Amino acid sequence: MPSTYTLISSNVLTSSAASVTFSAIPATYTDLVLRISGRKDDSSVTSGVFFTVNGSSAANYSLRRLGSNGSTASSSGTTNNTEWYTSTSGNGATSNTYNNAEYYFANYASNANKTASAFEAMENNATTASIQTRAMLRSVTDAITSITLSDATSNWLSGSSFYLYGIKNS
Amino acid sequence: MTTAIEVNCTTGEVIERPLTADEIAANEAVAAQAEADRVAAEAEALVRANAKAALLVKLGITADEAALLLGGN
Repeated sequence: MPSTYTLISSNVLTSSAASVTFSAIPATYTDLVLRISGRKDDSSVTSGVFFTVNGSSAANYSLRRLGSNGSTASSSGTTNNTEWYTSTSGNGATSNTYNNAEYYFANYASNANKTASAFEAMENNATTASIQTRAMLRSVTDAITSITLSDATSNWLSGSSFYLYGIKNS
Repeated sequence: MTTAIEVNCTTGEVIERPLTADEIAANEAVAAQAEADRVAAEAEALVRANAKAALLVKLGITADEAALLLGGN
């Protein structure tokens, strides 16, 4: 692990929650990495996550997705949406199984449009396990100062963990 | 769907609070839009699939044969 990879903040849920927000993110790093091990309380194997930054639901979130669930490969995209729609494990996955996800925000404090990449693995002891990758764009030049992970229809379950790291380029 | 957790990265403070009525309403609106987007995408995919199938019938070839013609493997 490079010495520039620094834990900024973390949270491990001890009870369920509709949303988790990292706020007041310092602008002292070059990139951000958000690592999640998550599970939500809906009955699906793969559950949706509404991913927003700076508390904004303005229509400027775009992404391209490539994924597979063990039987079908698929891709999709959204442009100028009100959030990045991403994935985590649902409560239909094998008991006590949490997903692994990493979100990488490059140059999050710059004055350019914000880009990110995502890698999500929804483990499941069945053929419906899935993996998703995403290329994400927010067409706004504001520095990222907060990140919110929510969903309108389900809660993050207790045990879900969230770790935000900062990376400096030197 | 009642609790929001905020982790302040500068102070380290963790705030747990109930969702406001506005947040609940916003979530519901986002969910409705996401569902509408999903339905629209599925409808578009179905139209494309039907158009492709109709074209193959018109040409009298299979999907594999079409892939060969287009250089697919």
